[in-house]
Amino acid sequence: VTGDAVGPAVASAVAAAFREEWGKVVATLIRTTGDWDLAEECAQDAFALALQRWPRDGIPGRPGAWLTTAARNRAIDVLRRRAVGAAKLREVAAMSAYEPSEPVLDHDESGVPDDRLRLMFTCCHPALSLEARVALTLRTLAGLTTAEIARAFLSSEPTMAKRLVRAKQKIQHAGIPYRVPPAHLLPDRTPGVLGVLYLLFNEGYSATTGADLVRQNLCAEAIRLARVLAALMPDEAEAAGLLALMLLHDARRSARLDAAGDLVTLEDQDRSSWDQASIGEGVSVLAGALRRGRAGPYQIQAAIAACHATALAAADTDWAQIAGLYEQLARFLPTPVVALNHAVAVGMAFGPAAALPLVAALEESGQLDGYHLLPATRADMLRRLGRLSEASLAYREALELAGTDAERRFLTRRLAETSI
Amino acid sequence: VQYLLLICGDESAAAHAEEGCGGWTQEMTERGLLRSTGGLRPPAQARTVRVRRRQLLLSDGPFAETKEQIAGLCILECADLDEAVQAAARHPAASYGTIEVRPMLP
Repeated sequence: VTGDAVGPAVASAVAAAFREEWGKVVATLIRTTGDWDLAEECAQDAFALALQRWPRDGIPGRPGAWLTTAARNRAIDVLRRRAVGAAKLREVAAMSAYEPSEPVLDHDESGVPDDRLRLMFTCCHPALSLEARVALTLRTLAGLTTAEIARAFLSSEPTMAKRLVRAKQKIQHAGIPYRVPPAHLLPDRTPGVLGVLYLLFNEGYSATTGADLVRQNLCAEAIRLARVLAALMPDEAEAAGLLALMLLHDARRSARLDAAGDLVTLEDQDRSSWDQASIGEGVSVLAGALRRGRAGPYQIQAAIAACHATALAAADTDWAQIAGLYEQLARFLPTPVVALNHAVAVGMAFGPAAALPLVAALEESGQLDGYHLLPATRADMLRRLGRLSEASLAYREALELAGTDAERRFLTRRLAETSI
Repeated sequence: VQYLLLICGDESAAAHAEEGCGGWTQEMTERGLLRSTGGLRPPAQARTVRVRRRQLLLSDGPFAETKEQIAGLCILECADLDEAVQAAARHPAASYGTIEVRPMLP
């Protein structure tokens, strides 16, 4: 390599290292310096340095270790120049005692907890607002820029910058600990971390094809972080369950929308376009999680997704099993939407006559008032029972509540079918 | 980090005023967390002081009319917010009133 041009091999090595190592480098630097901004700055500098050095010196055997060393050296420089925090400086410098020129930093094998796990729990601390948790996670663990996070959440860059500054201040001022919570707090805290990752995934998943690429990429970031979490918490079945759930949903991503950008129902999706590798991985991750014998909402939702994803045709779907799974899910998430999905599954498995009372009970409870899918579900069941005039009334009711054009088009088609 | 625990409750909480802290104070002292503690007389006995344009303005009662009143306060020295929150959760007042945990300036 000559001159300043960075060859494609090096550029892609740096890009890959960025995806894989950013979170680790930042997490380690936060632990050793206690300064979040400094950690991010130094991580950035380390990657910039890689772009200069790797073309000349070659790509190091352990890019992560190289980057961590470079970032740490940078932190020592900055702290020295600031001439503050002599103790901090000693602490950071002490790291080099354990790490000679090409340091051995792979904590995963040595049993020392990976710093990224601390970072995840700190970013997702319940004392922070949900927005702050999401933004911090994307900035520090995934390495998205403030501008990218703002775009992903349809917000302005100054707003997002302010949110990040406030969150970091709160961590410092309120004394939010930088650690993996002790065992007795884990059952309380782990769902918070899983919840943030799932929210990230859903934000990306709900982004349409026309949406900003950053927004679509949230799915990939969420899956990457879920992989890290599942690897770092091998005893936490729900972490694996969440990873499986994401993989199984993501496998169907391209089939969800038609050329016009309208949602295609599961039944009508082109199953040949589903990503079989992703489905295979999701199913095997889920099987590993379920073997631990501690079911939870993410594993059950993943099991439902697996039932759909492994059915060769819509008609092959094992609805009886799905109905049973929704019943289990309702024990963990007793929400009306879960109850509605349960009713739909019962209708598919055992016929609409068996499911109508479940829908009626939901309607009586009033919990889903104004939700168009409730009358739409009832309409569909009545249509299948041949009670067309009642069905058409229910379709009209759903039409009035439907929020998007695509939903209205779908319901109008159905309404036309019942009016013949 | 030092944390101020503001023990608050509505008027019904006053009924608990004589109950003491059920061993909480002793526990926190033994754990070396408790820096200071104090109960407060009801807000009706308060005077509020303001100086505006060099004029002293005094009024009776609390600064703001709120349902939640501050009944007492403690200062804890804790390693982090988690420890302070868990300590506050063990205070008996948490079961009938509310406790605001505020990090103090260094």
